[in-house]
Amino acid sequence: MTEQHVEWSEPDAVAAPANAPVTPADAADAARLVAFGLQPKLQPARDQEYAELLRRYREDPAFARLADAVAAGLGLVVLEVSPRAGMAVTAAEDSVFAVRMGDYARRTSADSADRFLHGLAHLAVAAMAFPRPEDLADDGYIGRVSVNGVDAFVRQACRRLEERAEEQGENTDPATEAPGLEAAWRIWARRSSTGATKDARRLSGSTTGIIGKAVAFLTDSGFLQRTGDDSGGTYRTTARYQLQVRDMAGSAAMAELLELGVVPVTDGTPTLLPAEHTDDLELVADAGLPFHS
Amino acid sequence: MTSPASTDSVPPQLSAGPRPAPGPAADEGLARRLRALACTAPLHDLDVRKANLAGEYTVYGMAEVALAAIDLVTLNMDFDTGADHDQIVARLIPRIAAQAPQRPVAEHERVARWVLENLINVGSVDRGFRAVYGTFAPDGSYVRRDYDFKLIEEVPGYGGTVYLRTTDEAVNVLVGALDTDVTSAQIAAEVKLEVLISRGRLADAQLAAEQARYRTVQYSETLRRALDATRRNVRAVDWLQAVPDMIAEALDHVADRYRHENAILTNIRKARDESEDPEQKRRAAELVDIVKDCIRRHTQLQSRLLEAGPLFRAEQDRQAFATPMTTSGIDLYGHLVAPVLPLPVAQARRVTDAFFARGTGLRTPVAVRVGDLVELLLTPPLEREHLGAEMPEPDLIATPDDSRFSEEQLASAMELLDLPADAPRRLSGLLAEARRRDPELPYLVALLAVHAASPPVGTAYRQGEEKLLFAVDDGVELDDPEFGGADLIVGMALLDAAGMAADRS
Repeated sequence: MTEQHVEWSEPDAVAAPANAPVTPADAADAARLVAFGLQPKLQPARDQEYAELLRRYREDPAFARLADAVAAGLGLVVLEVSPRAGMAVTAAEDSVFAVRMGDYARRTSADSADRFLHGLAHLAVAAMAFPRPEDLADDGYIGRVSVNGVDAFVRQACRRLEERAEEQGENTDPATEAPGLEAAWRIWARRSSTGATKDARRLSGSTTGIIGKAVAFLTDSGFLQRTGDDSGGTYRTTARYQLQVRDMAGSAAMAELLELGVVPVTDGTPTLLPAEHTDDLELVADAGLPFHS
Repeated sequence: MTSPASTDSVPPQLSAGPRPAPGPAADEGLARRLRALACTAPLHDLDVRKANLAGEYTVYGMAEVALAAIDLVTLNMDFDTGADHDQIVARLIPRIAAQAPQRPVAEHERVARWVLENLINVGSVDRGFRAVYGTFAPDGSYVRRDYDFKLIEEVPGYGGTVYLRTTDEAVNVLVGALDTDVTSAQIAAEVKLEVLISRGRLADAQLAAEQARYRTVQYSETLRRALDATRRNVRAVDWLQAVPDMIAEALDHVADRYRHENAILTNIRKARDESEDPEQKRRAAELVDIVKDCIRRHTQLQSRLLEAGPLFRAEQDRQAFATPMTTSGIDLYGHLVAPVLPLPVAQARRVTDAFFARGTGLRTPVAVRVGDLVELLLTPPLEREHLGAEMPEPDLIATPDDSRFSEEQLASAMELLDLPADAPRRLSGLLAEARRRDPELPYLVALLAVHAASPPVGTAYRQGEEKLLFAVDDGVELDDPEFGGADLIVGMALLDAAGMAADRS
């Protein structure tokens, strides 16, 4: 994505500035662009200076290299620089900007089940926002998710696994002394989906509470925009989220999965859940609504 | 009930002598019974722990209250939502009050809430229970397993509200032996019900009808889940055979039950109307209510079933017939979610951690300057406005009194109509007397007399009135300058208030 500026730029037009020495003012501008990128909710169309710097990034290779260098020095990865996504940067693994699970949710450092639930919530939100591979690849696609919808869809996947285990006559109750060996889906299935609290807020430990935290956090990251209050809150995705999931998170999680020796079967061949992985998620927008509406 | 059994000492009878039926197959029945037993543990536990509560609570039968609560939630569960928390508490209170009538109502409510919260198990993060039991693995080794279950669970409703639903485990605890085919169990219950009614054994019939209703609820719950799954994913459900078969079966079932229950309803109504025994009458009336509720639930089920077909076709259009795009990339569900869920959690966590680390974006670290901090700490907190904006004084406009008759006229008319029980009067005489008092009064008297032609007997019965005004037409025509019609005989009937009160209770 970072090379896209080359396509838009005319070599002759930028020949002169490319040879010019870099001035402190250029460095300040490049840093300023990166600073804009650090405010993910800021939209380039709403800020003239931001739009101007973006234009310069795309037209001036030297400036682009400078901005990339500033970003890299700060521990940032540039995902895309475009009018729609702005200066889409994200934190490299050990950067000061990276989000750590322990800071994200306090319980997660002590409780491995909670750690898993929070991670799965993020994965499930992404899976529901981009149900098919086409949706993730299509730059114009806007995904829609709702909190209750995500919970319902994960629960259904868990229920299918439970039914399958029962069909095979397995005793699915986990062994007592080995919590780490318990099947992951059981953790989600066991956790209550909601709960009454004294102050009428969402119970933070429930699965809808965990998903609610995830979408609120993603909204703060400029990845989702809240569109309504139905089904526990409805959201739509932004270009940045698509980039983040496609170029960073998806591949990182896949690499980890392959390292575990699990090779997910690709399209066309029979998968673990035949014909389900694409269609299961189609009803994103209102999957959490009651049946009849 | 979540305390795990001690693991260090193996019971001697398992190590000595021939081990009875090792292996998972033989153990399965035992495991099932152990799980069933575990489901009752939270109820016993309530009675054990009530002694630890601050206050004298041993007088309450907590297990009884808990079972009643599960009953109430099950019966108030609807197709779409669940039972309302406060409503369940309110309905529990009469039973709790009966256990200790001299205690204050606030305490009764506290007990109700305590029991309900313990059935949900609010204290645990999963809001559920765990029991530990042991089985033999295929290789003959002894494995302790965790059995996690819930009795009452909280589900999200409209607008962020929380409803209660009983789980399958709870229904099993409650009704018992429900681990059977729902349809056949329902048929059995209704055959039983019919026999009982025809023999006039209404007490047993009521029990059977209530059981039938539990099964109806369970049936619609099973169906709701199946339809829900269908709705989310057209191809995940077998729409070629399994679902159409199921819908056809369910529709047949509804039609069949509907006929059946209408027949029962006719029978009970007859029993209710013909019976002399007030107790029998009351039971029959209750049965009518229960069966009516069953019919209502069936109708609800049926409308859902009829919606299923069009819904499938609409989703089929939308999901399956869209133009395919050729692309490659990550299929988040098929490549990540689906393979991760069956993994052991220790491994699955590595994948979700990786996704989290790369998928959450960035956060700019907060840098604090001491100068800002001092200022921040020294700023007095903003006064929070608790009461909101001041309400404007409502400007009340007195509505004009447009009553046809004044209070005095009504009092005068009532006095006129307060006849002795043994001396009814003709309407003509009453009208003439009224006209002497006030030229407007005859209209009011005539109105009241016409109303009395159809006296509100039911209301008088419920309110325990002692007398009731009535009017009878014996065919004599009214001779009056202002009014026409029958010259009604207006009289006062004395009612047996004490007898009615005894009847009502």
